[in-house]
Amino acid sequence: MNVETLSRIQFAITISFHFVFPPMSIGLGVMLVILQTLRLKTDKPLYLDLARFWTKIFGLIFAIGVATGIPMEFQFGTNWAHYARFVGDIFGSPLAIEGIYAFFLESGFLALLLFGWNKIGPRMHLFATCMVALGAHFSAIWIVVANSWMQTPSGYHLARMVKVVEDGKQFPMTADLGTVPYTVKEIPLPAGYIVQPADMGHVRAVVDDIHAAILNPSTIDRLCHTILACWIIGSFVVVGISAWWLLRGRFVEAARASLKIGIIVATISCLLQMVAADSTARGVARHQPTKLAAMEGLVQSQKEAPLGIIGWARWERDANGNIIGVKDTTLHIPGMLSILVSGDFLHPGLASQTEVTGLAQLPSDELLRARHPDLSDADLAKIRPRYWPNVPVLFQTYHLMIGIGVLLTAVSLLGCWFLKTGQLWKADSKPLRVFLWVLVFCPLLAQIATQAGWFTAELGRQPWIVYEVLKTGEAASAVVKAPQVLRSMVLFFIVYVLLTILFVSLLTNKIRHGPSTSGAGDKAPETWRPLSVRGASETKG
Amino acid sequence: MDLNTIWFGLVGVLLTGYAILDGFDLGTGPLLLCTREDRDRRIFLNAIGPIWNGNEVWLVTGGGALFAAFPNVYATVFSGFYDAFMLLLFALIFRAAGIEFRGKRPEAGWRRTWDVAFAASSLASSLLIGVAIGNIVWGIPLNDRHEMQGDFLTLLRPYPLLVGVTSVALMVMHANLYLIIKTEGTLQQQLKRWTRRTVPAYLVCFVALNVITLLTCPHLQTVLHHRRWLLGGLAIAAFLITFSIPRQVRSGYEGRAFISSCLSIVTMMLLFAATVYPNLVISRPDLDNSLNIYNGSSTEKSLNFMFYVAMIGVPLVLTYTVSIYYVFRGKVVLTEESY
Repeated sequence: MNVETLSRIQFAITISFHFVFPPMSIGLGVMLVILQTLRLKTDKPLYLDLARFWTKIFGLIFAIGVATGIPMEFQFGTNWAHYARFVGDIFGSPLAIEGIYAFFLESGFLALLLFGWNKIGPRMHLFATCMVALGAHFSAIWIVVANSWMQTPSGYHLARMVKVVEDGKQFPMTADLGTVPYTVKEIPLPAGYIVQPADMGHVRAVVDDIHAAILNPSTIDRLCHTILACWIIGSFVVVGISAWWLLRGRFVEAARASLKIGIIVATISCLLQMVAADSTARGVARHQPTKLAAMEGLVQSQKEAPLGIIGWARWERDANGNIIGVKDTTLHIPGMLSILVSGDFLHPGLASQTEVTGLAQLPSDELLRARHPDLSDADLAKIRPRYWPNVPVLFQTYHLMIGIGVLLTAVSLLGCWFLKTGQLWKADSKPLRVFLWVLVFCPLLAQIATQAGWFTAELGRQPWIVYEVLKTGEAASAVVKAPQVLRSMVLFFIVYVLLTILFVSLLTNKIRHGPSTSGAGDKAPETWRPLSVRGASETKG
Repeated sequence: MDLNTIWFGLVGVLLTGYAILDGFDLGTGPLLLCTREDRDRRIFLNAIGPIWNGNEVWLVTGGGALFAAFPNVYATVFSGFYDAFMLLLFALIFRAAGIEFRGKRPEAGWRRTWDVAFAASSLASSLLIGVAIGNIVWGIPLNDRHEMQGDFLTLLRPYPLLVGVTSVALMVMHANLYLIIKTEGTLQQQLKRWTRRTVPAYLVCFVALNVITLLTCPHLQTVLHHRRWLLGGLAIAAFLITFSIPRQVRSGYEGRAFISSCLSIVTMMLLFAATVYPNLVISRPDLDNSLNIYNGSSTEKSLNFMFYVAMIGVPLVLTYTVSIYYVFRGKVVLTEESY
């Protein structure tokens, strides 16, 4: 395997593993803010116990998130040096801003959150909780900004470095001018210039409009989509653990309180997610048509394009094994994709006449011709599949995400209904036990959906690292050799397996011990006692 | 002063902040193994417990700032030092895991294992960071595309290794002084006895490093020619500050000794900066391929934007860093939440 493939696998391993944790801490952060607010409002010791318990879980998740996050900050340099040089002018800023505004905020106030129970009062503790949650959200914002720029780059132009000699003549950087003195100048390239492999090292993206680069066409959609996914994961972690306690008949009071808050947050997030997901998909249709066509396995451009529900897409190959198209076997809703792309749900008849471009026309002839100026039209059609993402995999990850998303929405709505009718607490009724068991597995399902969604976003961008500007193959480090990446990749894998085992065993241990019921007793922190037990200070005084 | 110079300074501030703050975290690692009692080890770990995470953020943000301001340098150094940085990353992961997981189970074997992991990875981190700095001062072979030519062994030359050893000695001493402030009673007495070894060890490294740099560092002579007064002044300041540490320790001014240790790090970083400026990565033997603050930087627009971002952000960061240290001031008390 070459360096590019290995680096991609390594990045996939490290980012997927890392991405298990931050969504949980973002979602749990919101839950902690709710719990601490309720505690201040109601003075119920139960909420203090819950806040302390979920803070411990939060701390464990956060620690692994930090440990696995450090490699992410540096891998752009270690494995993707060409990429770093090419986009540094734009892509470095959000990472630095994330460090200055998100990480410091999070990690600073996390100390107060975890270790401050005896040092600061409850109001200050709530403030610290809010700051940690805010920091976690800031972090999500800047990472999604950076990633969205890779999906829909804007606010930049390409520039080429040239050598300029004394009389103003320009030479390419590769020219050997001998002893003639020269200066290096950067000249802008025309809009729509397609980077060629030979340009690497001399051409880079230069920022024109920072706000346009940050608020690029996909930022807002993808940000809402991602943050809601985090809330869904966080709330379902709370719901799943609480449901398990209820099934075991342990910590019943705490479980009920957690489950109630969890179900409500999960339902709100799931419903909002439908809107955000729809908007994100429409954004993909508008700005990354190749990705959309690949997600649905759509080859021919058509009106009344169908929306796949379940099934599979396979490559269609010629006698030499070259990809020439896609065969799909799916259960689908006719015309639904066209309706979704148009976004006009009130006039489905009209909306279904929207034409959706298929892979046979994507990427555009102009782009292919600009990248391969010396090829004939027939040859261009032949190399087109090289510019397609991995359709069979993408089809599955995309539909897996949607399927689980719909399932989780249904589960949360059902949970709300059980909650409203008061049936949720009947842990001895058979159907309720089945429902609680479903809830126990919901955190896992939510994780799978989020991972599948992220894979869809990233695989759908391939073979580009910056969509339709820079190919992934041209972005890897030139000086790093395959055995080096192989070594580090294997090590990452082993270390992460080890971390997973430790995490799961510690988490189950914490869940088994549950929240302590110290809030009402003597173990409550000194400064909290007057608040946690109403009137306690008076009786003591 | 132009923006590129300002950013040279800002990246320097972040890395110096990292060296001072995570310095005592890293140094705590090897010291952990010097005591046998579980309680003492817990006190050591909880002395850095609430803050190690925030301290490590200085490194991550330093990396991010380097990427934003000098993407070419970020790309060259990180891809060129691939194996070294991967080792550093694994060490940092194991440090986090060590401190986090150690206290989660009561068994002595479990705790010992994580203690060793924490100590070894802390030691490796401080050594690798020193080696990386040493290589930048000494110069590394770059081609005309600013890509490093060479492998892991290219980095392990005598001079960078000396810088690595010095960095370990500095961080161990730094941690020793920090822990004296955070402890009391017999443990504090024990830590005070340790300074009889840790402080002289660093002083020897300090003198050796400065003398060897002066005598052998390849391009130092030209720099010395231009910045005689600056470098001389800094060297004298570094010398005076560093050699005041043993005196302060002997007289029982541990707080001052710790501050001197911080200042010693600052002066070392200033010396490092004054030696390489305006270069960021010196190329050797082909000096023309060096990366400096101009050919390695982002565009002015980007630097300007990030300058305002930093001017608003850094005071905020300093405010809550100081507040957190203030809340967790005083001697370590082990509680239910402790590691």
